[in-house]
Amino acid sequence: MSSLARAIETGDLTQLPSRRDEDWRWTDLRGLIRVLPPASQVSAWPPGPGPFDGLADQEWLIVNGRGERWLSLAAGEQRTVALRVLAAPGAGAHAARLEIDIEDGASLTLLESYEGQSADYVVETDISISLGNKASLDRVVVGADHAMGVSVSRARVPLGRGSRFGQTVLTFGARRQRLETIVDHPGAGAMARLDGVYLLGDQRHADITTLVTHQGVGGSTDQLVKGVVADQARGVFQGRIVVSRGADKTDARMGHHALILSDRAEVDAKPELEIYADDVACAHGNTVGALDEEALFYAASRGIGPDEARAMLTEAFVGEVIDRIAHQGARGRLRLLVAEHLRGRR
Amino acid sequence: MLCIKDLRVAVGGEAILHGLTLSIPAGEAHAVMGPNGAGKSTLSYALAGRPGYDVTGGSVTLAGEDLLALDPSQRAERGVFLSFQYPTEIPGVPALTFIRSALNAQRRARGEAEISAPDFLRLVREKAAALKVDFDMLKRPINVGFSGGEKKRMEIIQMAVFSPRLAILDETDSGLDIDALKIVADGVNALRSPDRAMLIITHYQRLLDYVRPDRVHVLAGGRIVASGGADLAHELEREGYDKYAAVPA
Repeated sequence: MSSLARAIETGDLTQLPSRRDEDWRWTDLRGLIRVLPPASQVSAWPPGPGPFDGLADQEWLIVNGRGERWLSLAAGEQRTVALRVLAAPGAGAHAARLEIDIEDGASLTLLESYEGQSADYVVETDISISLGNKASLDRVVVGADHAMGVSVSRARVPLGRGSRFGQTVLTFGARRQRLETIVDHPGAGAMARLDGVYLLGDQRHADITTLVTHQGVGGSTDQLVKGVVADQARGVFQGRIVVSRGADKTDARMGHHALILSDRAEVDAKPELEIYADDVACAHGNTVGALDEEALFYAASRGIGPDEARAMLTEAFVGEVIDRIAHQGARGRLRLLVAEHLRGRR
Repeated sequence: MLCIKDLRVAVGGEAILHGLTLSIPAGEAHAVMGPNGAGKSTLSYALAGRPGYDVTGGSVTLAGEDLLALDPSQRAERGVFLSFQYPTEIPGVPALTFIRSALNAQRRARGEAEISAPDFLRLVREKAAALKVDFDMLKRPINVGFSGGEKKRMEIIQMAVFSPRLAILDETDSGLDIDALKIVADGVNALRSPDRAMLIITHYQRLLDYVRPDRVHVLAGGRIVASGGADLAHELEREGYDKYAAVPA
């Protein structure tokens, strides 16, 4: 059980992860939370429309920590599931654990959303996803938390031999929000892609943390995370790829690129490649910059006002990540979410 | 149409234009020629409103309206178009998307309805064909990886689509081979119109062999030091700018 889940269950605030924990130093919960909200209540609230409506074979609702705990795909089965994790009215503090079992050769497209429909919640969602041999998982996650919510989502994904795991996170942050992915990588021809986009304004915070451990020969990990922070927002990226001794022929690439649009916004990035094997191809890049002033003037000189020019350039910047989503419907939905967000319609 | 009076512009605290006066009536094309460092690009950027080009004195009006009070996108809405000497590359934004956003922004600002997708495509197809630009190029991110000549043609396509009241061509001939120069010149000539003014900024008279100006002005030391008819361009080409370099700023 995580320290946050322990704090939620026991009410003991000293259990909360704090800046003294190396992995949590930029997403301090201990210093933020003075009083835990009461335990989450059952909600009778209708869930309303979700971001992936109409794209899935099955909707899986978790409302205030309550709902079915388990999803399983039989060998060879293919399914698209919309998992909606709602903090509805009545949400306070809760920790939910979910399990997904994808058997050999099965294929799951998981369209996952964290939807904050009330404020002042402290929530953890822990998902274990086991991916069988030659199985595939496409996970698209939208972080649509409330500005006053505190939300941690953690997915642990052990990959089978020859399996394929593609993930794209798009998040708009919260009071504190962390989206964490832990991948046990066997090598053995398995492929992982761990992408992300964070678009943050006001005082929102988002933390994208990933840990991939390559344990065997011949695996690949490809990661592209891009973020844009404005106002007093804070983006955190912690990407760590460990290539264990003997995990030869590993191909690992990591890129994190951020734009800072205001003096008071902040990006903290810690890209790490830890390599204990000899014969590997690994690369990482990390850049932080501002929007291109030349491009802004060029657009302005053609009549495109400053707000629209910024939206257009930002959309193009993060579009590179969105374009890597395999599922066409989800890709279109995320493009739309980005466009609407940048033009203030959400 | 365009009326510049005693314009003074500084860049990074250094005065570049020292009282430039120039008027271009509707329907006319005027060339501004001058040696390197005379302030030609400063003039074009100041008219378009580029940040960092500080107007320290004088006035600029377009059809009687004060241009200097407007930000760059508002100037474009009022019909100012600057064809860049070095058009900017914008990764991830297809040329079609960029041009359509710009056209619609201008139309909205003028209280006109946005152009429909089919009408827009028809319009751009027609302008691209006239400039011998492969339509597929417009699907690529604007100016990214384009050759110098392709970038200049993309500028003239935009000028044709936006149909500005004032077209400023900043060194449009630079980087063009003779075939591309003719194509671009044809594109510019097609846009000459009784309700449009053109300001052609150039170092060489090459472009002016194809786009014949109504007036030629010599810019040296930050002001207009001589004006004449189209023949002045040839005289400058023969004799160079030396005799104007001596004129005190």
